Amino acid sequence: MNMAVMLLAALATLQKWLLQMPGELFSQIVSIIFIFLLLFSMFYGQRLQLRIWLNEIEGSLYKLKYLRDEGRRIAIEAIKEVGKPQTDPTPKVDRFLEYFTISPQSLDPVGIVWKLEHILDVRDARFKDEVKLLAPSADETQINNLENTLEAAMALNYIYKVIRHYFLLGKKTLSLYVIMQIQMILPLVMREAEAYASALKAFAYGQPIGDGVGALVAAKLMHGFPVRKVQKDCVVATVPLEGRTAYIIKAEGPGGNVGKPGDAIKTIIEENEGKIANIIMIDAALKLEGEEIGEVADGVGAAIGGPGVDQFKIEETILKYRIPINAVIIKEDIGDAVSPMRREIFEAADKAIERIRQLILERTREGDKVIICGVGNTIGIGQ
Amino acid sequence: MSKASSESSSTAKISSFALIAIIITLVVAIMALFNAVQAYLMGEVDVATILLIVGFIGVGACTYMLLQMRQRIIRLRIEMPPITTTIECRKCGFKTVREFQRGDYIFKEVEPCQKCNEKMLITAIYREVREKMKATFPF
Ligand SMILES: [Zn+2]
Repeated sequence: MNMAVMLLAALATLQKWLLQMPGELFSQIVSIIFIFLLLFSMFYGQRLQLRIWLNEIEGSLYKLKYLRDEGRRIAIEAIKEVGKPQTDPTPKVDRFLEYFTISPQSLDPVGIVWKLEHILDVRDARFKDEVKLLAPSADETQINNLENTLEAAMALNYIYKVIRHYFLLGKKTLSLYVIMQIQMILPLVMREAEAYASALKAFAYGQPIGDGVGALVAAKLMHGFPVRKVQKDCVVATVPLEGRTAYIIKAEGPGGNVGKPGDAIKTIIEENEGKIANIIMIDAALKLEGEEIGEVADGVGAAIGGPGVDQFKIEETILKYRIPINAVIIKEDIGDAVSPMRREIFEAADKAIERIRQLILERTREGDKVIICGVGNTIGIGQ
Repeated sequence: MSKASSESSSTAKISSFALIAIIITLVVAIMALFNAVQAYLMGEVDVATILLIVGFIGVGACTYMLLQMRQRIIRLRIEMPPITTTIECRKCGFKTVREFQRGDYIFKEVEPCQKCNEKMLITAIYREVREKMKATFPF
């Protein structure tokens, strides 16, 4: 309050002083101030800009830190709730959040897919073991969900650390390039971080997410028919559809799981000695800004995301037997893909089924065998 | 946990300090505006103009900062719209909608139907998003 009084007094003095000043001197002072400001903006304008950008990044960093801490808290709470561990899981979770994966060397790319697959398998097995140790009384579904929760927390932790790194580096060096590039991609990074944060809650509670719409389509088609397990973590059901025999494939739910649809499709094709008339894959795809959410589109090619191992395997197998492949995609944005499924996306599943029926009628003959594969994380979706 | 909470309290301190600074500036800026009126009444148009400009810039900057702070506080929350579970009876079509509970999943068999004692099925789990006033672009 002292400061305020002093400021007011200073202002009053300034006013008195200004009132006593002759007009000419006053206008001279004003023009000197303007010249000074001009010079200042010439020499220090960029610095000022950098400071503003750094401030912006700092604001986002607070938010990222909050998201990271929330993610960690939710993960720990979920582990305590469903896993009932004997000891406090916090130190183990902290260790988990720092895990990293080194992708295989690509100088000689021949055979890199199998190396990558192996590394990912090792990673997966390690994560699962770790989660089992963290949460001894969780069942298979809950372990999958916890694993997904921890992975989302890991992603948030990583994003926070990278942005913090560039922020501190920028502050230290005051380099335009370091600060500018981070400031420019910041809105996209924040969107992704927010998406992971909402994913985390969905995973912790086992709610279906937008990415699971492919699995939902497959589940709707196969529900009520006997299912059997196939490699790896997938289920398949033989369903009569429009006079054709359809092998419906999806990852095994309702735990958080994407399975290996590449292996499953290969198994089914080999069981039928390559006598498959058509393959239809259903997946969620990122929409462009301006497209309607839940729009259904079809095309050709193996519609499957991830690190590319499954897409590679599917393409290898269908090339060997010369099987045509079609894709149906359901459009959504990154935020919707990992947060609890929106109504529009849920309803798009029926539209996608309609499109699949159409495709089957157009592209195959009666009595043919087709494979229909619903791709995506099947969390919260049974069969 | 203790580490995290202590850090968050320090950020709160910084923001309260900033808030006091902003409020003081705001008061001074408003005083400047009053002084401007006073100066104008005394016939000193030049001085009045300067004070007016200073006052307006001060008020504008403070309002901007306050709004910015408020937005930052609003944005610091993970929003969770309600998620509904739809349960249907396959036999008689009886349908109930309730809030999502942990353990629910699509195609899970739940408690028997109130009407015909057939096991009911969860047929839908989704969240409803109220669109925030669609922008009217011509494309
Ligand atoms: Zn009933």
